[in-house]
Amino acid sequence: MTTLDITQRTPEALSLPPLDGAVPRSIPAKTLERISDECRLDIIEMIHRAGSGHPGGSFSVSNIVVTLVLNEMRHRPNEPHWKGRDRLVLSKGHAVPALYACLARVGYFPRQELWSLRKLGSRLQGHPANLLCPGMEASTGSLGQGLSVAQGMAMAAMLDGKAGDPAFRVYCITGDGELQEGQIWETAMSAPRHKVTNLTVFVDANQGQIDGLVKDVMDIEPLADKWKSFNWNVLTINGHDVDQIKTACQAARDEKTKPTVVIARTTKGWGSTALMKDLVAWHGKAPTRADTDEVQKELLGRLS
Amino acid sequence: MTTTTALKLGGASREAFGTTLEAIGKEHTQVVVLDADLSKSTMSLKFSKAYPERFFEMGIAEANMLGTAAGLALSGKVAFCCSFACFITGRFDQVKMSIAYSGANVRIIGTHAGVGIGPDGYSQQGLEDLALMRSLPTMTVLQPGDDIETDRMIRALVTHQGPAYVRLTRQKLPRLHDENYEFKLGKLDVVRRHGTDALLLGTGGTSGHCVEAADQLLAQGIKLTVANVHTIKPLDIEGLVQLAKSCGRVITTEDHNVLGGMGGAVAEALSQHHPVRIQRMGVQDVFGESGEPEELYKLHHIDTDGIAEGVRSFLKGA
Repeated sequence: MTTLDITQRTPEALSLPPLDGAVPRSIPAKTLERISDECRLDIIEMIHRAGSGHPGGSFSVSNIVVTLVLNEMRHRPNEPHWKGRDRLVLSKGHAVPALYACLARVGYFPRQELWSLRKLGSRLQGHPANLLCPGMEASTGSLGQGLSVAQGMAMAAMLDGKAGDPAFRVYCITGDGELQEGQIWETAMSAPRHKVTNLTVFVDANQGQIDGLVKDVMDIEPLADKWKSFNWNVLTINGHDVDQIKTACQAARDEKTKPTVVIARTTKGWGSTALMKDLVAWHGKAPTRADTDEVQKELLGRLS
Repeated sequence: MTTTTALKLGGASREAFGTTLEAIGKEHTQVVVLDADLSKSTMSLKFSKAYPERFFEMGIAEANMLGTAAGLALSGKVAFCCSFACFITGRFDQVKMSIAYSGANVRIIGTHAGVGIGPDGYSQQGLEDLALMRSLPTMTVLQPGDDIETDRMIRALVTHQGPAYVRLTRQKLPRLHDENYEFKLGKLDVVRRHGTDALLLGTGGTSGHCVEAADQLLAQGIKLTVANVHTIKPLDIEGLVQLAKSCGRVITTEDHNVLGGMGGAVAEALSQHHPVRIQRMGVQDVFGESGEPEELYKLHHIDTDGIAEGVRSFLKGA
């Protein structure tokens, strides 16, 4: 069997409306799913070449990241600090390969740079570093913190916008294990108090964490009830279903009194049968070349 | 021994902070303020009353407050984030990740610093905050010596780029400066030039006592140079070396653990650039305790008489 070299593959050409224009962009779900799988091809390659990283959580969150960046958010890849942009804070910073792969796809940096992940001198640090890498809104990776930062950004947008019409929206993605951090619930309490309605949080509830299944390590359920009791607008979706992700984003935009949390039920490693076989083992393990080939073969099969 | 050289008492640095913050709020609409249920104590209350839409009450949740301040700052605001020194720097990981490593223009305001808070005891006494904040790359670490300097410092921080920590006192401070004072961030502030028998350094709550001690010692024939170290990071190494060269011996004083504070910073710099004998006065790596601020300053030998005595015995032994 010949070894695949995904770095030599040219991704499908993208034809997108201007990313700083009106949202949502009505990109078909099928297209977004294909782009997510293309990102997964790069993600597994990046982590394999880095020799360390987090494939499971990067795969589970990929459809959400791609849908937000391509369909739901206003931004300018050639002007990453454009003031009017919507913000995405990846609070579960270990899944940053999913964001790197997606941002490279829309032109934040060359795709070739993806292979420098976690290497000395790279802008693509093991966890997001906003001072180094375009498209990162904050430095995250110490779990529980990104949601507070996202809240602060959303507050700034409220100050800068007109009444009832904030200057931009802020998206934040957390993990499910991450919700074990106390700081999350400090923000859960403060965002409704400050009526931060332009904040949409996606919980990538992929069920696994380092020491085991979330339900065994430290159960966070009943999750929807918890957020509801903190006065959030709570939506529960299948986090791999792009149409449901889009619908949730629209519902959050339409909600004018509360911040929105979307509990995205996902499976760690989604997109790869091999990774999904073990929700825990593939949290923070680099795939071998053979593992990588197996994952990529399945993805390419779906893409062909 | 009685002090006959007392300086005129000014306001507490936290009071000056509150007044100046309210004053700058009008012109500088990018300034926002966050507090964690201590606005009456940190004095951010004045700003909250004048500009309620730019004041965020965060409740008793300092970690969330720091992160939220970072988010505001990363979206173009200058965020003053206020609590007691011990509570706000106690959320070190949030300061490290969300503020410092994110390059957020947050001004972390830690009030009631040191044993100067008094009867509340060790749980409320920030005695490690300078050491913590000093360890973060890009973090500017400041501690004004009186109310006038506090005003100038807070004004300078409106346009300053990068994160900063400002350490303020609960207690009123002796006046070191007059209204013509010009604050220069990153420069030593020489407040007495009696002579070059030794260099005496103060910061925050001890700066005024250093001046009083030096004036007292002058009558006894000991001639000191006194500098107020308002900028602990970046430390004015050039100025410090110059003074250490002319004075030969250095005494540092602070209401903070002597490990990692201003004295530690001075010792690190001089050991590399111009090794001289250094006496570090302050809290000698012990926990704080309840007591009146004056009693605690006396206990730790950082009141005027204690500093004067410390200088005398250091010079005798040298």
